[in-house]
Amino acid sequence: MDRSYIASLGLEPVLDKVLAGERLSLPEGQALYDCPDPHVPALMARHVRTRLHGGRVHYVVNRHVNPTNICVNRCRFCAYRRDEGQEGAYVLTPDEAMDKLRAAGPVDEVHIVGGCHPALGLDYYLDLAARVRAAYPKASIKALTAVEIDHLAKVSGLSIREVLTRLKGAGVDMLPGGGAEIFAEGPRKALCPEKIGGEAWLSVMAEAHAVGLRSNATMLFGHLETTAHRLEHMDALRRQQDLSGGFMCFIPLPYLPGNNPLGEEASGPSAMDVLRTMSVARLMLDNIPHIKAYWVMLGLKLSQLCLSYGADDLDGTVVEENIGHEAGSATEQALTIPQLEEAIRASGFTPVRRDGLFREASV
Amino acid sequence: MTPLFDDAGILDLARAIENGHRLGLDEAMALAERASLPLLGSLAHRARLKKHPDMAVTYVVDRNVNSTNICQCGCRFCAFFKAPGQAGGYVLTREELSRKIEETLALGGRQILMQGGHNPDMGLEYYEDLLRFVRETYPDIHMHGFSPPEIMYFAGLARVSHIEVIARLKAAGLASIPGGGAEILSDRVRQAVAPAKCSSAEWLDVMRQAHLQGLRTTATMMFGHVETWEERMGHLIALRELQDETRGFTAFIPWGFQPDNTALGGKKCSPQEYLRVLSLSRLMLDNFASLQASWVTMGREIAQASLWYGANDFGSTMIEENVVAAAGVRFRMDEPGLRQAIAAAGFAPRRRAMDYSILEPL
Repeated sequence: MDRSYIASLGLEPVLDKVLAGERLSLPEGQALYDCPDPHVPALMARHVRTRLHGGRVHYVVNRHVNPTNICVNRCRFCAYRRDEGQEGAYVLTPDEAMDKLRAAGPVDEVHIVGGCHPALGLDYYLDLAARVRAAYPKASIKALTAVEIDHLAKVSGLSIREVLTRLKGAGVDMLPGGGAEIFAEGPRKALCPEKIGGEAWLSVMAEAHAVGLRSNATMLFGHLETTAHRLEHMDALRRQQDLSGGFMCFIPLPYLPGNNPLGEEASGPSAMDVLRTMSVARLMLDNIPHIKAYWVMLGLKLSQLCLSYGADDLDGTVVEENIGHEAGSATEQALTIPQLEEAIRASGFTPVRRDGLFREASV
Repeated sequence: MTPLFDDAGILDLARAIENGHRLGLDEAMALAERASLPLLGSLAHRARLKKHPDMAVTYVVDRNVNSTNICQCGCRFCAFFKAPGQAGGYVLTREELSRKIEETLALGGRQILMQGGHNPDMGLEYYEDLLRFVRETYPDIHMHGFSPPEIMYFAGLARVSHIEVIARLKAAGLASIPGGGAEILSDRVRQAVAPAKCSSAEWLDVMRQAHLQGLRTTATMMFGHVETWEERMGHLIALRELQDETRGFTAFIPWGFQPDNTALGGKKCSPQEYLRVLSLSRLMLDNFASLQASWVTMGREIAQASLWYGANDFGSTMIEENVVAAAGVRFRMDEPGLRQAIAAAGFAPRRRAMDYSILEPL
């Protein structure tokens, strides 16, 4: 593949911008989505990921804690949520949550995310965060999506800034990137009408970054949205990043069609769509350092291949994941450190164990 | 920092391929060792589009039947076999075979892929009887069976030539031959992983003689164990030379060694390794019309991706699969699932027969 081939596909201006490290426009992003040869965006994404990360691929030894599945929202893609009193509904006591954590052994990151419970207030989460911090003085605590933060502010009668400041005081380092779904109003209203809108999501992240918390950012794709919606989503993130600078990692999440009300209306993205989206994200998000291939939802083999399409992170060892698995994800519940490292090496990259903030973790 | 483009030597080769240049061993090795995966994928996809411009992907509805797992070979990569006398050995009865064929017919399938272990109690006459039974009982069924090592084994047991074995099996109803047992066509590798199996020259001559007798065949390669890249490329060149001679191969099917539960053990083939081999196969085998993706070993997602790395065929519904499953890898897909996977990957699904003629979908 040389310049003349890329020019023959109309992508020479994009190539020049990629080589110069300049920002791509939305029409240029669309041209990458529409290019008939998926290897062209892959080649450019490989160039950018090598410029940023060399041959390194990150992973984290982590543990997920889902404190509750009771949620006031009724997102149509969700197979995890329950109503209060419904069969299978639960709230972990802080002791139960800590027991689950301890069972996982030493971890470099604790990931806490759950439903928007109608009554569980900020004190519950402050207590949980403080206990986690006491038990794991060095681990990164990544807790509560922007959606949960907004909900907690309402439930507790506090400002978003106050909620974030107190969580940070209790030991939280960063917010996970969930709840972003797709910002575009049309598909967002159809998917998750009760959830805060894209602007509100971004403004929670702006406040989080302002109080010194870092965060990730997700995008749920392969449902009702178009590639133009995805590009707008990426563009909104990079504009926010220009202002507040706290996003660490972008995580494109495939819509999984199992066990939810949306069901067969959407089939989820094909493998090629996942790979293409990884490449386009790497090329569009010039100010977000990391792109994650989340193996829990993608499967390990496809995640490995994503590493050749611009992704530089495979997430973690995880241990017990509920949200993706209730939506029919057939992947393992956990991978061991040697399994993850071998998968990264077999794909031609060098594994780097990190914490939640992408600092190299001491083993 | 890695430059965006491949080096000048590789780009020269890429342009030569675009102009129809046939790759030699040294050139293939340069690509194997130095070319980037996006370049290989792009070249392979373009080579595939030259042969199959219509963005369609074929598949076959057939059933994989393993007549016996009792095998004297003891190949070190195999998790399926039982040695003669060992517990767990089986021989498929006529009743079981009939039930499997009837299930296949009920699903609309018209083809049985039959392969089995090298069982000293099941020689040429046994299989001639079996083929006649199938032809008489189920005249619509196309029997695609007996890889070259099995044919050589029958020849040894019966003390006749493989030419005669092929002729007699054909006379009894055999319609085509699968390309299994090729592993790596290098006697060094075969000695290391499958010492009891036929030699490279014998494998190739069974295929030559089958083609000369009018039977179409496929060809396979199992890689990712003890072989070198040079031996992989040598394998492709041997197939290409025979294809120049006979034009009897319909398709090539590479897959990665699955190490679990095998004597050989080792590491799983990564998607990148698989797609490099697949792309290079498309570029080297300029006289093969079709290249199959292996969803059975790599799973649905990587099989979908492989349609953009030179593959134009999605293989078979299998219905049952025993050999790869014994090595701890289990993926399943029925015909609607196969069609959906192909369509989602961006291609029009087309049901085919063994000879790649197009059939109506079921």
